[in-house]
Amino acid sequence: MPDKHLSSQFDTDLNNISSHVMELGGLVESQIRQAVYALSQFSPEAADDVLVTENKVNSLEVEIDREIASTIGRRQPTARDLRLLMAMSKTTANLERVGDEAAKIARMVKSIISGSAPRSLPSSDLRVSAELASGLLRKALDAFVRLDIPMAVSILREDHAIDQEFDGFVRKLITYMMEDPRTISASLDLLFIAKAIERIGDHSKNIAEFIIYIVKGEDVRHTPLVDVESSMTD
Amino acid sequence: MSENKTATKNAIEVRNLNFFYGKFQGLRNVTMDIAERKVTAFIGPSGCGKSTLLRTLNRMYSLYPGQRAEGEINLYGQNILEPGQDLNLLRARVGMVFQKPTPFPMTIYDNIAFGVRLYDNLSKSDMDERVEWALTKAALWTEVKDKLGQNGLSLSGGQQQRLCIARSVAVKPSVLLLDEPTSALDPISTGKVEELVHELKADYTIAIVTHNMQQAARCSDYTAYMYLGELVEFGETEQIFFKPNKTATEDYITGRFG
Repeated sequence: MPDKHLSSQFDTDLNNISSHVMELGGLVESQIRQAVYALSQFSPEAADDVLVTENKVNSLEVEIDREIASTIGRRQPTARDLRLLMAMSKTTANLERVGDEAAKIARMVKSIISGSAPRSLPSSDLRVSAELASGLLRKALDAFVRLDIPMAVSILREDHAIDQEFDGFVRKLITYMMEDPRTISASLDLLFIAKAIERIGDHSKNIAEFIIYIVKGEDVRHTPLVDVESSMTD
Repeated sequence: MSENKTATKNAIEVRNLNFFYGKFQGLRNVTMDIAERKVTAFIGPSGCGKSTLLRTLNRMYSLYPGQRAEGEINLYGQNILEPGQDLNLLRARVGMVFQKPTPFPMTIYDNIAFGVRLYDNLSKSDMDERVEWALTKAALWTEVKDKLGQNGLSLSGGQQQRLCIARSVAVKPSVLLLDEPTSALDPISTGKVEELVHELKADYTIAIVTHNMQQAARCSDYTAYMYLGELVEFGETEQIFFKPNKTATEDYITGRFG
């Protein structure tokens, strides 16, 4: 990605950081997979796996930030190098948060398993939206490697779909809770899980926004989607 | 920021400037504005024409036969390339400081007073005042006030360079041209000169040529990137170092092969 600097060591440093960010992305993706599996199979082992991976995620996050600080200190990067490093730092923070969300899901699953509430709730709906969110994260990481603007813009669009999915799920849960108050406790657990999944979509969207920041130098974080779409096609 | 921009007045307007060292063309069709009381930095690889451009701004090149400039350089509306210019007066209005400190082999006091005597006839007490004023402006007064009678060459490199800046300032120019003023100085002296540049821009228009891109980023308001005698990109320093419009500029400032 960072091609042909006069200093090949600078290229090496940037490439190392960027591959660590991708490694972090991979770890976090596997956490989501484990969490979704734990949820669909009510598997406490899979839930534990998520929590074990979290330690690796945390230490990798610290390591990446150390590398970024060291590169900024030694190289005084400018222009796209500076934007790339800023974006990698923020992407790292977002990925770590995705890991936290996966851990949150894992803990909820464990609480559902140990509880006595009926398991007749629509947890399979959650599996669908979890897969959507996890697919979106993968796409964000792909787009990051390729610095692919059209792909980044489509991620912004798809996050919107996940948000709508979440709203629909909340309405469904409310119906369950009204019909049978005994499901309230378990419904709330599922609500937290749904919220965690929705947050994963948000973090993927943030990463997509950083890609636009690297390539175009524009900060589109609080820009309405239609405006981003039109300015990116210019 | 945009408000500041509209309030900015130009000290110098360069229009279609071409410069020749004999048959070799050193500058190609350069057009740019140098804003009043701002710092404009010129960056680019060796031989790109940045020092040449600086040397046209007070016609320093006129000292050398075979060198000529075509086009316009309007200093507050007056084209300094027109014949019949009083070059001494021009250089008093547009002062210059060079890469290597060039104090005269005389006392610190006389280093400052020498130039002033060429343009002004001051009484002893007025001259004392002017010397103190110029040395204070150049952030050197406290360091030399007890040894004004010492030879200027006895100062350290960084002090010598500030002495040269004081000497330029003493004749009350409107523009200061700095040609790699810190490339022979250590980081602390460099820091002092940069701090000085920041303070001087309250009163003077400053144009600085530097090989040190971080220096341009630190102390200029506008940055011009030059290559092979052409002005490639010119804009606000923040924009040039964060998101230059041209790939050539970006390659240069990020240290990529052109």
